Amino acid sequence: MTKNVDAIVVGGGIHGCSTALHLCLAGLKPVLIEKDYAGRHASGVNAGGVRQLARHIPEIPLSIRSMGIWEKISDLVDDDCSFENYGQVLVAENEEELAVCRARVAELNTLGFTHEELIDATELRRLVPAVAETCPGGVVSRRDGAANPAQTTTAFRRKAEQLGAIVREGVAASNIRQSEGLWHVDVGAESFAAPVLVNAAGAWAGTIAATLGEPVPVETVAPMLMITSRVPHFIDPVVILRGRKLSFKQFKNGTVLIGGGHLATPYQDRNETVLDWKSLATSARTVFELFPVMRDATIVRAWAGIEAKMKDDIPVFGPSSRHKGLYHQFGFSLHGFQLGPGAGAVMAELIVNGGTQTRIGDLGIDRFYSPTL
Amino acid sequence: MTVAPKREDYDVVVIGAGPAGLAAAATSAEAGLSTLLLDENIGPGGQVFRAIASTPVTERNQLGADYWVGADLVQALRASNAEVIHRATVWSLDRNLEIAVSVGGASAFVKAKRVILATGALERPFPIPGWTLPGVMTAGAAQTMLKSSALVPDRRTVIAGQGPLLWLLAAQILRLGGRIDRILDTTERGNYFAALPHAFAFLASPYFRKGLSMMREVKAKVQVVSGVTELAASGDGQLAGVSYVAGGKRETIPADLLLLHQGVVPNVNLAMAAGVDHRWDDLQLCWSPVLDASGNSSVAGIAIAGDGAGIGGASAAVVRGRIAARAAAEALAPAAAAKLPALATLRSDLAKAERGRTFLDTLFRPAPQFRIPAGDTIVCRCEEVTAKDILDAVAIGATGPNQLKAYRRTGMGPCQGRLCGLTVTELMAQARAKTPQEIGYYRLRAPVKPITLAELAAVPKSEDDIKAVVRG
Repeated sequence: MTKNVDAIVVGGGIHGCSTALHLCLAGLKPVLIEKDYAGRHASGVNAGGVRQLARHIPEIPLSIRSMGIWEKISDLVDDDCSFENYGQVLVAENEEELAVCRARVAELNTLGFTHEELIDATELRRLVPAVAETCPGGVVSRRDGAANPAQTTTAFRRKAEQLGAIVREGVAASNIRQSEGLWHVDVGAESFAAPVLVNAAGAWAGTIAATLGEPVPVETVAPMLMITSRVPHFIDPVVILRGRKLSFKQFKNGTVLIGGGHLATPYQDRNETVLDWKSLATSARTVFELFPVMRDATIVRAWAGIEAKMKDDIPVFGPSSRHKGLYHQFGFSLHGFQLGPGAGAVMAELIVNGGTQTRIGDLGIDRFYSPTL
Repeated sequence: MTVAPKREDYDVVVIGAGPAGLAAAATSAEAGLSTLLLDENIGPGGQVFRAIASTPVTERNQLGADYWVGADLVQALRASNAEVIHRATVWSLDRNLEIAVSVGGASAFVKAKRVILATGALERPFPIPGWTLPGVMTAGAAQTMLKSSALVPDRRTVIAGQGPLLWLLAAQILRLGGRIDRILDTTERGNYFAALPHAFAFLASPYFRKGLSMMREVKAKVQVVSGVTELAASGDGQLAGVSYVAGGKRETIPADLLLLHQGVVPNVNLAMAAGVDHRWDDLQLCWSPVLDASGNSSVAGIAIAGDGAGIGGASAAVVRGRIAARAAAEALAPAAAAKLPALATLRSDLAKAERGRTFLDTLFRPAPQFRIPAGDTIVCRCEEVTAKDILDAVAIGATGPNQLKAYRRTGMGPCQGRLCGLTVTELMAQARAKTPQEIGYYRLRAPVKPITLAELAAVPKSEDDIKAVVRG
């Protein structure tokens, strides 16, 4: 028997969970379908960076919208998500990199964005005392920070369910089809129908889009992370490098998360990844050089989450270019976690109001079909 | 002196030099395959034959005749062409059979055509109130000190738990002049009846005679309390007493050392991290890899032998090691494999070695209250998470060990679940009225043993890095 709901959300990552939650807040009854469990992939195992810093310009308005929600995250999901905001710092390792930083901040200012601030060596040393003396400065985004990704995604899922969302985990959505103005999706023996379908299936979303006639240039990637044993507290903000692939964050319990975008090999069908230790060694070397305090730490665990990366590195977000009632929310290209809370809010506005005040026009799927491309 | 592997590629890499690994490496080398044996300890033997080549204990009957069987295995290995590296910690293995190994503070990568995992067993967690107090340790840790350094307890000592190894350790301690004040036997009374149907096979097994005489030897010298149904360690920052209930009567005795043991379980961390499928074993109450009759796992090229393949004891481990190596030889050098002992012979050796195992598994199946703790008893030692914490997380939506990480950091500390994994699975299964198989286990990750950042930083550069530098 088919169960009628207001919206079908496919994918239980931070995005699907946030959209389901915001649809509930708007008075709708969604079903959330997740083939594994909420937060099983990238949303639950990413670096947890809550970052406006160094974003692509088309997604900055969405990022700023999201930041406002992060700052009151407990009010939304009854869970602090271990969110903390000691800022994020982009480190320039030499004068050339600092010049690039200067130009970037100037460009943002021209566009009316003020969240990124150029800093000199003194301010850099104040924010990141452990950084090597040779670094001449960088950029800070002071409201940024980090959260616990598994805790956050789980909290969004839990709150959505409390507010009335139907949650189905452990069985994949299948047989997605549209008939007589309704989207139909099977989940095992169950079947759901709704006027709205949200494709938030992460690494699996490209296939869904293609099946529905909207193929996009997307690939599956698995950025690697590793975490160390506890070391004495030495750093508050999240640190990323301008010139090399490295991001770096010390948690309250003393453990240090090292990331930066080196990729594992994903085996998507098996939900598995095979790590590339030689690339992780590159990250270890960078940390070793820049943060002498870390040299005696041990690596306790390394992993990678499977996610979608677009050819142009910005997400596909907004209504379908072909089908009424279909919305895409995927392809966040290694930087989707911070956007999750805001993207869910904006997606709910698109669905319920047919529009939003947040500027997202450059993120639409139609960018791949416009004649100018 | 420690040396890195001589080559980058091997036909067979065997991990672990206990009974299974020693036998597998010798067999593989005998078949002419290039063979590397990597072992974490300072010498061959694993846990059963620990320090077999170096023990200061020279009087043979103190450690028992079974121990010295290890010497023959070591001799066979040394006579072969296998390359053997000790103090070598394998910290990563993936489904492409790439192995990362740390030797003498430096890591090397080797690739194998076949990998035989012989990583043996771990002691089952024994999460009773107070088990994290200094002064409480596992029987296995005590046995390690005894074998490698002839150290035995000389303070007020209580041994609690059950299983063949417990009696063996007690006998070994007494023979070496150590002190045991009391043994608290936690074997459930009902288990004797449950095990009865399997007793015939056991009577015909070598365990029977040896086990009985060992228990007699220990009981002549130490007060043994059987039918213990509750157990707790207490003390203020240090063990001071052990309290227990037997026959409905509670008693507390002063103690400086409490040795706990309730059997061993497969050491699955490396196999699981490599992606090998495991299943919950309802009799042995642990995860065991899914294997075919030759020990081949779900990952092509990875075989598992010894107690890591399911607890079978040292004699079975030796045969399983030979069977796995023979299968590798059949795949890589069929002509040479034909000269090895026939598979039928090995299978019948295995059947003989496994005789009596069901009886032991049934008799020494640990009681639920010693596997599934309650209240404030610590489950995860690394992150100090209690049984109640876990039940609270289940109540608000945690469905399995991996989901639990979003609520509590269980299993995310340096031990990677070795000390809490089984407890968490069984506790959550009970709370959610599911089977352990349905609840599942932690997803395990490399490095399966921690390595230092400095060591990882010293790994030779990849081709991509070199290209990046060239590009400037």
